[in-house]
Amino acid sequence: MRKAIAVLFLGFIGYYLLSTFLLVPFGVVRVLEGVGLKYLQDGLQQTGAANLVTSIVVNYRGFDTLGEVTVLFLAATGMGALLYSKRPTERARQNASIIVKTGARILFPLIIILGAYVFIHGHLTPGGGFQGGAIIASGFLLMFMSYRTYHVNHVILSRVESSAGSVFVIIGLLGLAYGSSFLANILPLGTVNTLFSAGVIPLIYVAVGFKVGAELTALLDTMLQTVK
Amino acid sequence: MIYYIAAISLILIGIYAVLVKKNMVKIVLGLTLIDSGVNILIVSLGYIQGKTAPIFSNPTLTAQDMVDPVPQALVLTAIVIGVAVTALALSIVIRIYDHHKTLNINKIRELKW
Repeated sequence: MRKAIAVLFLGFIGYYLLSTFLLVPFGVVRVLEGVGLKYLQDGLQQTGAANLVTSIVVNYRGFDTLGEVTVLFLAATGMGALLYSKRPTERARQNASIIVKTGARILFPLIIILGAYVFIHGHLTPGGGFQGGAIIASGFLLMFMSYRTYHVNHVILSRVESSAGSVFVIIGLLGLAYGSSFLANILPLGTVNTLFSAGVIPLIYVAVGFKVGAELTALLDTMLQTVK
Repeated sequence: MIYYIAAISLILIGIYAVLVKKNMVKIVLGLTLIDSGVNILIVSLGYIQGKTAPIFSNPTLTAQDMVDPVPQALVLTAIVIGVAVTALALSIVIRIYDHHKTLNINKIRELKW
């Protein structure tokens, strides 16, 4: 009975959603208008970043990204508050097999290097601070899964996280002091498509990469400590 | 067109899981399915046939060859918020499981009214 009502409800929602979106032609060659066109035409000259998505996320909507980083920090804090317990339960999981353990030991530094590459080249190639941080946290997850006794130092992680967050805010305040607005670009733009270009964008993305990596790693470790 | 249908199907599967399933982990999974469906929908709205990603990796590329960068930037934000919300929801599920020793929402008496 409940399922029948749910399916009926879903059919209703699905019909109206689909009939609305079928009015929007998919993938037709259209002339972009408004803010998208402006970003495409002026983005390269104004920000100097080859990757326009990065220049939108970090430069045009940089304040929004600061809020996004804050939401992630709040989620990590909330998780820590919810899952905190005075006596951490000892993990009774089995150690992984020797193949997994050896492979994890070899792959771990390579994954960290890949994550660092992704966030340092965020203004040139697809990727950026959030993606690189997630790759680094996945490397730590591999170590957590393979070694039962592998632990990270939460004090170091929270220091890294808070200093990376402060770097983001300080770059923004320097823009306010020496430039036109909060998070304004105060460094020379450099040559497009080289590593040292696009002003403050790489600096902000490196800070975001460290912050997200430390945050997600701490989050995974907190969650794993509650699993018996 | 197939992208719209796939995205809306993902949203509908997610709403079905939220409405019908009794296991709390499956309800959280339903929420993440709704999240991915909405993300695919937004990105496919910005797609233009035969155009490439908005990255000036090659000097011959001009602004006319690229898709709309705004939906991609918005979805990048939405994915991160989705991860944060999922992690918080899962930790609440862990705490409820510790307290009641069950994941079945029908067996948690305090939810009844």
